[in-house]
Amino acid sequence: MPDIRYLLLAAAVSAAITWALRAVPFTVLAPLRSSKTVQYLSTRMPAGVMVILLAYCLRDLPLPHSGAIPPLVALAVTIGLHLWRRNTLLSLIGGTTVNVALASTLFAH
Amino acid sequence: MAALKDSTSVGLALLPLGLALGVVITRAGLPWWCAPLFAAVVYAGSFEFLLVGLTVAATPLATIALTAFLVNVRHVFYALSFPLHRVRGRLAKGYSTFALTDEAYAMTTGGQAQSWSSARILSLQGIFQLYWVGGATTGALLGSLIPDRITGLDFAMTALFAILATDAVAERRNDLPTPVLALFSALAARLFFPGQLLLVAFSLFTAALLARHLATGKRSHHA
Repeated sequence: MPDIRYLLLAAAVSAAITWALRAVPFTVLAPLRSSKTVQYLSTRMPAGVMVILLAYCLRDLPLPHSGAIPPLVALAVTIGLHLWRRNTLLSLIGGTTVNVALASTLFAH
Repeated sequence: MAALKDSTSVGLALLPLGLALGVVITRAGLPWWCAPLFAAVVYAGSFEFLLVGLTVAATPLATIALTAFLVNVRHVFYALSFPLHRVRGRLAKGYSTFALTDEAYAMTTGGQAQSWSSARILSLQGIFQLYWVGGATTGALLGSLIPDRITGLDFAMTALFAILATDAVAERRNDLPTPVLALFSALAARLFFPGQLLLVAFSLFTAALLARHLATGKRSHHA
């Protein structure tokens, strides 16, 4: 097990970098807020950003191996449930349960 | 109170995700208190999952710093649309940038959030972090009760982004090119720069949006 000092330092280093990446751009970008181009970007970015983060989560999908089946089925269940009921908690628990059930039983390795 | 209501859906979704992180932390052999530590201090969901593997392997701090930079550099783009100008006070602005997670960004940039006050944005972020720290701590303390053959809990993160993407795309239903450009950016990044997927995909996507903006601007100019 890693020692305590190392774990604390690892957390501190990660926190400093993450916060800097979240805070510093505001001071740099503040003057650009009124620009038409930035306004164009800011209305369209949220949807694209979420699509990219979803693709990132699926980056290691072991296609065409059968191990890819549980997450793909679970993904379809998550989106299907969400389009149907629009209930975030229901979609999340439904999709995750399907993945855990399939990955731990039929597709366990 | 309004913030409590806004935060219930996505906030409650953070609970199972935090639980999964806590379970992953103790299963990897890290002490339980790493769960509240990572969740409260680092507070960057996807990176915390990576940090578990990095610390277990005793990765040098410089490599951890570089990984944190590469995984979280996407947040640079959030400054373009997150409503920080509506958050009042230095301390409040400080916390608001610290707690600017993907989920907070998704919730505060949607159409329904255009009128939210400083207090409402801040309490939403605070409640999100409480759910996250609470979930991770609980997961770390109770994770040993879950049998080892149960796997796949980490799908909670994929599910959450699938939901946030569905909501964001549905809100702009007349704007199909945006999600399509994002998807192509991600696929191109996955094919050509798999080690730098997020950075490359975000850059390609921003460049594609800018090109589209220029092209439509020219067209309306000529018309």
